Amino acid sequence: MAWTLDADRPIYTQLVEKIQMDIVSGFYKAGDKIPPVRELATEAAVNPNTMQKALAELERLGLLYTQRTSGRFVTEDEEMINKVKEEMASKHIKVFLENMKQLGYDVEETISVIKELKREEEE
Amino acid sequence: MSYLIESNHLCKKFGNKQALADINLRIERGRIIGLLGPNGSGKSTLIKIINGLMMPTEGEVFIDEKKPGVETKKIISYLPERTYLNEWMKVKELLDYFEDFYEDFRRERAITMLENLNIGLDDKLKTMSKGTKEKVQLILVMSRDADLYILDEPIGGVDPAARDYILRTIIGNYNENATVLLSTHLISDIENILDEVIFLQYGQIRFHASVDEIRMKEGKSVDQLFREVYRC
Repeated sequence: MAWTLDADRPIYTQLVEKIQMDIVSGFYKAGDKIPPVRELATEAAVNPNTMQKALAELERLGLLYTQRTSGRFVTEDEEMINKVKEEMASKHIKVFLENMKQLGYDVEETISVIKELKREEEE
Repeated sequence: MSYLIESNHLCKKFGNKQALADINLRIERGRIIGLLGPNGSGKSTLIKIINGLMMPTEGEVFIDEKKPGVETKKIISYLPERTYLNEWMKVKELLDYFEDFYEDFRRERAITMLENLNIGLDDKLKTMSKGTKEKVQLILVMSRDADLYILDEPIGGVDPAARDYILRTIIGNYNENATVLLSTHLISDIENILDEVIFLQYGQIRFHASVDEIRMKEGKSVDQLFREVYRC
């Protein structure tokens, strides 16, 4: 299945986000080898140059590294992966809080709604 | 660095009608490029001139620094809009035919792709559906080790599953020395696989930009932009 991508945002950004997600969610684990560019591009059904650019950006961020002859790997630095995970989480939370604010809930109210939902689920 | 396609002030007139006007193109290797435009915008005329099937009225075009001719035909693999293959031929015979014609034809590559699509070597073109015929032609064209692949409406008549396979074939065959130029008006299906798009309108280049540049600047897909630019 081709990856699901939004039509109104740069493809490159979305590829970076998707692979980042695959790394923090553990689909690719620390030290794993990732498939070659062409294979990833075919799977995602995107342009190989765009995929290449996304992988280069992930290398720049330190999440991936290249070993000259054997391919591209996920960093072994689990601390760094956790840091990215936390950054992504806080981004999601900010968006969520912003949406809740528009609905008229402040942060405290939002937290108590979450607690209530959690309690209901546990029952 | 030299360009794979370079055109300077390319113009084509049919009588009084200006089919192409002042086309200046610079296209590099290793790209997948969409040539987009409504009917009558000059796409096919441009493709024919690049292929050496039509002479420009003014200006010039170079393919790998050469004018279109015998030498450039060796490095261009062209999928025309209409079929030129003999209806009575079997797939096997088509493979022989391509092998005779083109030094760079890779028979094994074609056979692998045909197998993936369950097309038998003894099947006759005549007995195939329109979509299957299109697949066979595309496989033949993509099985050459060309520098430039020119595909005129490669996905027009096939169902979505086959379209998906065709796009994957194009991506899977990608190599950094070769460029794929494909014309279509089904943009939303293909924009993710393109590096750049060239919009033609009234025989002129309306714009030439990368897909992500357009999305970044306009905040919309190439398909949406196309609909706005060409609104009737």
